[in-house]
Amino acid sequence: MSALDQLMLAYKDAGGDRAILADSATAHLVADGHQILSTRGVKGLEVEAHATPDGISAKVRVRANVRLEKPVHLCFGVLHKQGTQNIRMDVKLEKNARADFIAHCIFPNAEKVVHIMDAVVDIGEGAELRYAETHFHGSYGGVYARPKAVVTVGRNGAYVGDFELITGRVGRLEIDYVVETGENGVTELTARVFGHGDDTVNIKEKVVLAGEHSRGLIKTRVVLEDEAFAEITGITEGNAAGARGHVDCMEVVKDNAVASAIPIVRVTNPLAKVTHEAAIGSVDKRQLETLMAHGLTPAEAVDIIVKGILR
Amino acid sequence: MPFLELTNLTYQVGSKKIIDNLCLSIGDSEIHALLGTNGTGKSTLAYLIVGCEGYRPATGSIVFAGQDITDRRIHERAQLGITMAWQEPVRFEGISVAQYLTLRNKELNPAHYLDMVGLQPAHYLTRMVDSSLSGGERKRIELASILALHPKIAILDEPDSGIDMLSTLDIINVINTFKKIGSSVLLITHREEIALSADRASQICNGRIACSGSPQEVVAYYKSKNCLVCGGGECVDERP
Ligand SMILES: Nc1ncnc2c1ncn2[C@@H]1O[C@H](COP(=O)(O)OP(=O)(O)OP(=O)(O)O)[C@@H](O)[C@H]1O
Ligand SMILES: [Mg+2]
Repeated sequence: MSALDQLMLAYKDAGGDRAILADSATAHLVADGHQILSTRGVKGLEVEAHATPDGISAKVRVRANVRLEKPVHLCFGVLHKQGTQNIRMDVKLEKNARADFIAHCIFPNAEKVVHIMDAVVDIGEGAELRYAETHFHGSYGGVYARPKAVVTVGRNGAYVGDFELITGRVGRLEIDYVVETGENGVTELTARVFGHGDDTVNIKEKVVLAGEHSRGLIKTRVVLEDEAFAEITGITEGNAAGARGHVDCMEVVKDNAVASAIPIVRVTNPLAKVTHEAAIGSVDKRQLETLMAHGLTPAEAVDIIVKGILR
Repeated sequence: MPFLELTNLTYQVGSKKIIDNLCLSIGDSEIHALLGTNGTGKSTLAYLIVGCEGYRPATGSIVFAGQDITDRRIHERAQLGITMAWQEPVRFEGISVAQYLTLRNKELNPAHYLDMVGLQPAHYLTRMVDSSLSGGERKRIELASILALHPKIAILDEPDSGIDMLSTLDIINVINTFKKIGSSVLLITHREEIALSADRASQICNGRIACSGSPQEVVAYYKSKNCLVCGGGECVDERP
């Protein structure tokens, strides 16, 4: 079986749809390790990717006023038990462009895999990017994933990021996102992670509300069981008049898991306002009892609550 | 034979008896209203009957359909057919109304149960049972979810609170629906017109049953004596 076929099998298991590769109206980029297996651009969108001595470098451009009808699909995988994947992504949405990206990062057989993503994302004036990233790390816990992104959102622009790692093991995850949001711009970052075994989850997300009337939301949902560990840092800075930011972190711990949340809010303009809420604890007792009063066993009830939180 | 029989039930926190040697029985398919001023132990009694964690009686027994269930856990009692709609239903992230109504039985048509509580299915089925619902909407959905369980006995803890006055009729309809499907109901309420729709009623005061009888009798008794003033001791009579 070719590397592409193997990756597509894993992609399907992770919720992807292989048919998009054959669809000439859908842009995509597929890579296994440092090997680029397939790319396609569409009108108004250019995908340029090449292997470098130490990884993959990809440039994605969405031209001004282009509103992509179909999502752009990215699939990054490492099929071997061991390997390293370094990706350097440079994404630019020009003025008033709009695009949805769906990224799958798949390491189904990983025992010792390192995945490093370094993204620079520039969202122009009035442009909007929705970026959904789903990770699947297999059942061994042998992945060290470090997604890093520096995002700039222009005036009236929007960035909606959604990170999900809820099936299989995590291994070690270190998210580091910084988003600077311009005038009237909107940033929403959501991360949902389910940790098991001795998984380690570090999430650091920072939203800088630099422009007047910019808005930001950082929402984190983490569920941990066994001996898993998480430290979640949500930072919001309100630096301009009318800026509004909120940090909302919920962590549910079971067994011997350990979780911490560090919400940092900083306001340098008296007309800005930033709020935060963090809740860490076991599954809510009232929720549990409500579902048990519907006849669900404690285990079934916990399962439904956890799935809902991570949804 | 009573369907649900509470005998000499006592529940205390520290030295305070919140439920005090309480006796109460509810018959099969009976709608039984429970009246009482704030803080007299109505919700606590509900938690004892459904078996919430930490609500084990210090003395007394709970017998349901001939079985002593005093030591059963909440889901075991629910599986026997005992359930409740909470006074302040909790919110859930990421659980849709449709999912919530079909937790136990995926075959049910959730729309049917929304209709029963006066909510338009088209507007609610895909909504989440989270904090985006108003208090009244959440309470109606709780009632719908309890109806969907077809319980043998449902404890409704102030189903009318937080629901607009005009909708008293809706609540009475819901109670009648429980009756129609053969459920017994322990109906905790502060509203006279709702209490009067019951088959029987009791008044609770300081954790004891002060009076049981027809709803008319109990409402009259409740109105004639102010438990807050009497402090409870005086209005606890010998019945039942
Ligand atoms: N865990 C507890 N610790 C101390 N006091 C408690 C506890 N739980 C209940 N109480 C007290 O027991 C009394 C009965 O409470 P309960 O909630 O059952 O009242 P209620 O009759 O349902 O009132 P309401 O009409 O306001 O809903 C109250 O005085 C309450 O403060
Ligand atoms: Mg109460």
